[in-house]
Amino acid sequence: MNNEYMYIVLALGVGILAIIMGIIAILNEKLSIAVIAAGVVSLFASILFLLMSAPDVAMTEAAIGSGLSTLIFFYVLNKIKKYND
Amino acid sequence: MIKNSLIALVLASFVFMFYHLYMSYEPKTELSGIAAHYAEHGAAEVGAANLVTAVVVTYRGFDTMGEVTILFLTASIISFFLKLSKKDEEKVIVHRGTSELLVTASQILIPIIFLFGIYVFINGHLTPGGGFQGGAIIASGIVLSIMANPNREINHHAILWIESISGIFFVIIGILGIFLAGGFLDNRFISLGEFGDLFSAGAIPIIYSLIGLKVGAEISNILNRYQKSQKES
Repeated sequence: MNNEYMYIVLALGVGILAIIMGIIAILNEKLSIAVIAAGVVSLFASILFLLMSAPDVAMTEAAIGSGLSTLIFFYVLNKIKKYND
Repeated sequence: MIKNSLIALVLASFVFMFYHLYMSYEPKTELSGIAAHYAEHGAAEVGAANLVTAVVVTYRGFDTMGEVTILFLTASIISFFLKLSKKDEEKVIVHRGTSELLVTASQILIPIIFLFGIYVFINGHLTPGGGFQGGAIIASGIVLSIMANPNREINHHAILWIESISGIFFVIIGILGIFLAGGFLDNRFISLGEFGDLFSAGAIPIIYSLIGLKVGAEISNILNRYQKSQKES
């Protein structure tokens, strides 16, 4: 029983942190901070998947969502910076 | 003003739609239909300890082949659009020096990351994870090597060959399943072995290793293209 309570608190905390990071990603003026915040959302999402006992999905999300796609966003940001200035 | 009210209207209709969905939702207490069959007979029929792998590689193996094809198409389209001209290809960018910490850490970490990726896809039928996850982990090792040493050239031909050969063998093993066992991508033409062993579950470890190599090569190719496209003026 106590274990289940802990689980709910942990899941809620991670979920709220993910929502905060999502809001930061939308509202922040600097694109690089927004990209990092979006990557952190994926990281929290992968923790949530793990808590919901889906380790396969969690691994994919952590590797692709927060690792590779963040990097690709940075490559593209670096590319479009020349045209934005 | 009219734009905002339209957005509000769309949101309100979403709330309306999802409210009904939410209220009429009743969680099922037991598996039904095909899911029950997978859960009850999966271990006996396929011999994989990880039921997710049993579904992904054998029961829904054709879907997995479609996914791998989609990833291949994505990689080819990205390569096509990010193709550099001859002049840009030979250009050398002087990068701001990479930190000593990253270079040293990468030398220790990259082999471990590769080993972990290979572990994940070879043990795909026993532990969580599989070809896609292992391939993505290998690609993240490549990311670290690119970041530590931006001017390193990744061998394009090696990636191309690994990708093509593992794709061809994936299809060949699938066709072998038609002739030697029950159907396309049937894993039972190699003996199922002891349940829970590394060499068990028939052809699943082979298929997942091929998928892992293919996915790793494709994602590495995409990253390599993005890295090279930074040279474009």
